[in-house]
Amino acid sequence: MSALKIEKGSSRHSAYDLRNPNDEIIETHTLAVVVDNEAGVLARVIGLFSGRGYNIDSLTVAEVDHMGHRSRITVVTSGTPEVIVQIKAQLGRMVPVHAVHDLTADGPSVERELALLKVTGTGEKRVEALRLADIFRANAVDSTLESFIFSIAGSPDKIDAFTELMRPLGLTEIARTGVAALTRGPK
Amino acid sequence: MAQQMTGARMVVQALKDQGVDVVFGYPGGAVLPIYDELFQDQGIKHILVRHEQGAAHAAEGYARSTGKPGVVIVTSGPGATNAVTGITDALMDSIPMVVLTGQVPTFMIGSDAFQEADTVGITRPCTKHNWLVKDTDALAATIHQGFHVATSGRPGPVLIDIPKDVQFATGTYLSPTEAPVGHYQPRVRGDVEMITALVEALETAERPIFYTGGGVINSGVLASQLLRDFVDATGFPITSTLMGLGAYPASGKRWLGMLGMHGLYEANMAMHDCDLMINIGARFDDRITGRIADFSPESRKAHIDIDPSSINKVVRTDFPIVGDVAHVLEDALRIWKARGRRLNKPALAKWWAQIEEWKAIRCLTYKRSETTIKPQYALERLEALTKKYDRFICTDVGQHQMWAAQFLNFDAPNRWMTSGGLGTMGYGLPASIGVQVAHPDALVINVAGDASFLMNIQEMGTARQYDLPVKQFILNNERLGMVRQWQELLHGQRYSHSWSEALPDFVKLAEAFGGKGFLVSDPKDLDDAIMEMIAYDGPVIFDCLVEKHENCFPMIPSGEPHNKMLMGDAKTQDAISTSGAVLV
Ligand SMILES: Cc1ncc(C[n+]2csc(CCOP(=O)(O)OP(=O)(O)O)c2C)c(N)n1
Repeated sequence: MSALKIEKGSSRHSAYDLRNPNDEIIETHTLAVVVDNEAGVLARVIGLFSGRGYNIDSLTVAEVDHMGHRSRITVVTSGTPEVIVQIKAQLGRMVPVHAVHDLTADGPSVERELALLKVTGTGEKRVEALRLADIFRANAVDSTLESFIFSIAGSPDKIDAFTELMRPLGLTEIARTGVAALTRGPK
Repeated sequence: MAQQMTGARMVVQALKDQGVDVVFGYPGGAVLPIYDELFQDQGIKHILVRHEQGAAHAAEGYARSTGKPGVVIVTSGPGATNAVTGITDALMDSIPMVVLTGQVPTFMIGSDAFQEADTVGITRPCTKHNWLVKDTDALAATIHQGFHVATSGRPGPVLIDIPKDVQFATGTYLSPTEAPVGHYQPRVRGDVEMITALVEALETAERPIFYTGGGVINSGVLASQLLRDFVDATGFPITSTLMGLGAYPASGKRWLGMLGMHGLYEANMAMHDCDLMINIGARFDDRITGRIADFSPESRKAHIDIDPSSINKVVRTDFPIVGDVAHVLEDALRIWKARGRRLNKPALAKWWAQIEEWKAIRCLTYKRSETTIKPQYALERLEALTKKYDRFICTDVGQHQMWAAQFLNFDAPNRWMTSGGLGTMGYGLPASIGVQVAHPDALVINVAGDASFLMNIQEMGTARQYDLPVKQFILNNERLGMVRQWQELLHGQRYSHSWSEALPDFVKLAEAFGGKGFLVSDPKDLDDAIMEMIAYDGPVIFDCLVEKHENCFPMIPSGEPHNKMLMGDAKTQDAISTSGAVLV
């Protein structure tokens, strides 16, 4: 039998593939998912993403209402507009899910992430690291004669920028919390 | 009134309070306390299957034929894993089912104890929801919630995993009315503005079509009735998916037959050429749409579905309506009538003239034979001879399933049980058992394939034990027919492992199980044998030897649009492009 000749990236011959991935825009959305804080709920949400091939760029989860047994999962995901709509619908129909908020679509929002960065080095580089940390309003929360741990909070972009600057200055380890986000305004 | 009782007792009490009269199950160490209660309480009938997969499919058959949830009880570990195929089947076909599994005691969970499996982990992706109950006080409420979740919104299977110590311990029982209602309350009413927009569209539509699915049947008998009213009042043509057969009667004037990969020519052509498609409770499955890029290119599409995630998942919709079919149809009919029952009559007449031309092709025509039984002929005779009975049909999966859908006619919902979404070989026999349990006096027939039938053959023992006179009608081609057909069409006739070399003697097998066997190979003997089968009061295996190399047509080859159907006399070789061969 002759070899299959399907153009790369083509969805022409597929009964399954719905869109040509090449000519669609990929959007990044921050979703806040309010769930019952029951056993396995995080596995359920993550399983939905992996099972259906959706992306998770960042994920945070914590109980936000102890009495009401509610947790808030903040997930940053990316995909075509159709996929984003589908992700929200799939999340919304899960039994333990109370609400799905699309913070990217629902107007302006505040996004914050915390990162800890360990930077080791001496001399010039050490001084430069401290100077940049000051500019970024990162705090040194631990220091030895040849290392710092900086704590920095802000938007993921800001943390990315700070991380890149620290790399040549002796960045050895980084821990990030993932994004926490709320819509702006009274509602 | 809240009562104290053991967890095991609660299980039985909760089932009774939920109106359950029969469960399908198989005992084992981790459910012994529950079985002890079933022994002492005769209020619930327990059907002992021969394999847990059988329990799940039987529960599906029960559910599909009654509209009530099917209930399964199995033990931990292998009991639960054996049920997984049936649970997944129920998820894909939106069948309400409550599965209760035993689990090792809470203090042993995670220790790789004997017959421990992470049942909630394994079944998380194949249930609508599942729970591990660690506290006897929470058990009753969880079971009640399980029934609520399984039966509301888009129905589906739920699983409740109950550790053995939770079954032994005593706690407080809450009745369904005392138990807290969860927040899970899917919306049933559709958006009136959108429904009105759809009504406006159908008033002017030139080439409309109703495309209906299993959702109509799940919505209940009222939905089927409203659908009939709507179709009859508008005179629009209607087609249905495999899962939706019977919602609109096959004898109805507007019926085009099933659509999809092996659907009727007129149905697929009408779908392709329509200008308004009204999808009611179907999900644009790939067996229906063929190549998406060419799917019904000129139509505006409405989609009525209770599951918001079904809408715009595969096909972009112009009129998305989230809601229960019966509720939405009721509103749509009311609005359409209030606006003066307007229709584009001249255009509709032209549309029907076109449809009649397609019908005249008579796409189900096959080459008849005096000497061998054609599978289509066997089904035509089965249809003719059983039509007047109170009849329920199940199928396995393969060519026979598609022929059954083409050649048997359903005039009522809940009469047709088949594995659509998952396509599970071995579904039919246990499903027929579940149907017969629910309808003891009905004629229950499983149209089987020789290969599929062997996948759950052990359930013949169940049929015998409970005197269930299920008729197993095997279209025996000594082949994995559907696989063979694909190999013929797109793998150069290289029949790799697609025939059954050592089939059992089905007549002897029937007798070994305490039933009756028939072997028929001559078309002339067929009618008498079918009549005898119907008359026999007990389980039957009917071994109908049919043409071995018959192909099932029409067929939309994978990756092709609706108007590129292969017909029976088409030159089939190389009909599917090499690129289509990668699709299933
Ligand atoms: C459990 C399972 N395994 C494999 C398949 C793939 N498959 C689909 S149809 C088919 C052949 C079925 O043969 P048979 O039951 O004899 O029916 P026929 O097509 O000959 O009518 C197979 C192997 C399946 N659908 N289910």
